[in-house]
Amino acid sequence: MDLNLGIEYEAFREEVAAFLAESWRPRTPGGDRLRQERAFRTLATQRGYLYRRYPRRYGGGEQPDDALKEQIIREELAKAGAPGEINSGGSKLLAPTLLSWGQDWQKERFLRAALHGEEIWCQGYSEPGAGSDLASIRTRAELDGDAWVINGQKIWTSNAAQADFMFALVRTEPDAPKHRGISYILLDMRAEGVTVRPLRQMTGESEFNEVFLDNVRTPADWIVGERGQGWQVSRTTLSFERAAVNPPPFIDALLQRLKDVARRRTRDGRPLIECTDIQQRIAEIEGYAMAHRYSVMRQVSMDSVGQDPGAAALCNKLVGTDIGQMIARLSQEMIGEEGLLMPAPGTSRENMDDVFWVMRSSSVAIAGGTSNIQRNIIAERALDLPREGKPA
Amino acid sequence: MNFHLSDDQIALQDAVRSCVRGIGKGQLHRAAFDSADGHAPEFRDGLVALGALGVGIDQDYGGLGLKLVDLALVCEVLGQEAAPGGYTGHVLAALAVQVAGSPEQKQRWLPRLADGSSIATVALGGAQGWEPEDWTLRVEDSKLNGAGGFAVGADAADLVVVGLAGGGLTIVEMAPPSVTITPLDGSDRSRRLFDLHFTDAVADPLPIAAGPRIYDALLVLLCADAFGGASRVMELTADYARTRVQFGRPIGGFQGVKHQLANLLCEVEPCRGLLWYAALCFDLDLADRSRTIALAKAHLADRYMHMARSAIELHGGIGYTWEYDLQIWVKRAMFDFAYGGTPGVLRQRAVRLGCLD
Repeated sequence: MDLNLGIEYEAFREEVAAFLAESWRPRTPGGDRLRQERAFRTLATQRGYLYRRYPRRYGGGEQPDDALKEQIIREELAKAGAPGEINSGGSKLLAPTLLSWGQDWQKERFLRAALHGEEIWCQGYSEPGAGSDLASIRTRAELDGDAWVINGQKIWTSNAAQADFMFALVRTEPDAPKHRGISYILLDMRAEGVTVRPLRQMTGESEFNEVFLDNVRTPADWIVGERGQGWQVSRTTLSFERAAVNPPPFIDALLQRLKDVARRRTRDGRPLIECTDIQQRIAEIEGYAMAHRYSVMRQVSMDSVGQDPGAAALCNKLVGTDIGQMIARLSQEMIGEEGLLMPAPGTSRENMDDVFWVMRSSSVAIAGGTSNIQRNIIAERALDLPREGKPA
Repeated sequence: MNFHLSDDQIALQDAVRSCVRGIGKGQLHRAAFDSADGHAPEFRDGLVALGALGVGIDQDYGGLGLKLVDLALVCEVLGQEAAPGGYTGHVLAALAVQVAGSPEQKQRWLPRLADGSSIATVALGGAQGWEPEDWTLRVEDSKLNGAGGFAVGADAADLVVVGLAGGGLTIVEMAPPSVTITPLDGSDRSRRLFDLHFTDAVADPLPIAAGPRIYDALLVLLCADAFGGASRVMELTADYARTRVQFGRPIGGFQGVKHQLANLLCEVEPCRGLLWYAALCFDLDLADRSRTIALAKAHLADRYMHMARSAIELHGGIGYTWEYDLQIWVKRAMFDFAYGGTPGVLRQRAVRLGCLD
């Protein structure tokens, strides 16, 4: 065991770094940043550094699966401050689903634009009556000639106002058992009968929306997988969503911010970072963060040689969530009576003040499925405990 | 990247596990725990036969020439199996001689430590403070006087490596009456503790002051024991939850129990990577070695203890009895928690070494 990547991978790292030095100019003054990023992504994809699992004909980099190379690319992109793959519902959730389940024409039509952010997608899963128990959705679609007619309501839909399309779970087989009556359907957000209403969050911002679907028509062949297969199809997306929540670099960044808050703020004229109680608590969280970091590193390394990392992979989301909650709690302690106030005007996700940051951190326990659902999954799959509602 | 176990490493762990389980019909942990002196000669012979005593000793001196990470893998299995004896003290003493000894000292001791013809232990700090900065004993005119605390298995040892003021180390042979050993009524009966007292004991100091390094190695091996132990307690408790029936169903089907177990798994499982990294910090002598190892030991000791306490809670009354094996691991968790420094002490050490910078 060692921490060296080996000659082949070190050479790959140099290759990526050389490409970045040549192709990425950070913050060209006066330049159109979005256009610059788009051009860079196109080039990086052609070189096989982005969207590696997707064929070139669908806008991918088409490279053999190699978790280590992917990690090296992410590290080098971060070092250079260069944009990576677009992190959106379209590229991270819809695209892998289409790749596994889509018909050729669907891949042809949607994949490239979804990956590169040229068309924006939102996810239509949750409903007011179907959260953790997602399979109980009631939004229904009926075939009418060459179109599905959709009626119902979706909720917690991020970016619905900006989205061009939605991928949605709808009930198409009302008489089938609840998991087998669902289909995975695509629809145009500009179609007649789609109404988006923003939901105001506790932070004051509006990321989520309610989406009302009132006799919305979508072509009959805009279905991914077979009729009634939607539940199975959606599992692809959910597993990708869970894997993406709270990875170690995100947690490490939170931890850096926590230390930064402790340096900036004082108690009785003394920086908090010099107070023993605060030191102890940060050091304790650091222990959790280190374990998460090296556990994920172990999983990547094992994956790369075909070993099974076992239960650790199931734990990642909850582990990251719990560390996020610990960090939030200690931050709240440190911001003291400022926690009585709303975030300062003008604070935003891009430029968070400490209050906003503390409030926002509550969302890590919800995104991609609540923690309690995650605990059921871990208990049943990793510990082989009896399934919910089924006495063994 | 090579951050996974090799086939040889997996084979080493399997061999040690079979060795422990092959003795006394899989009840070695129980027999030794309940015996008067805690000795397990058959098990020691088994480890010798495997070459396990010489895992970290250079091949020139009859060892396997492996790294601390490999010693940690052995200790992980010993922790899992609650194996009795002073393996950790023995291999640490050997490591001290190897990294800090003179050619003569190495020649004299390492082959004997590798094949088990001499048995060693360590006395690094103790009640007056575990960290090398706290060590107070001094060698004067080649003689050692004073007390050394909490030496594991000292009654079976031929020599002890003692920590000295300033971070030095010395070999002392267990020659009464210049060295007296007093058994302590330790709670972890699988690792018996002794106080040592030196009266003009002949000291043979190691020329290099490797105390801080050996202290780090001690912490890594305690991490390994803690991880192994915590995983076993996890397994034991999940087994119990699957089989214990109340209200007409296995208690593991109740969400309260399921969620508590899932939370515990999320505490324990990520520590495997942490343990490996801590060991690599030592083997590669990384810049963050001492502070990372201190944080890792603090974290693992806390996780093991929490796992053990929760396991008692999940078992109900049976978990609090002497007859049920869980108590053996609970007491090993208590040992790993305090030995080498408690989590609070070690976190403060990590802060001093710059973990908040």
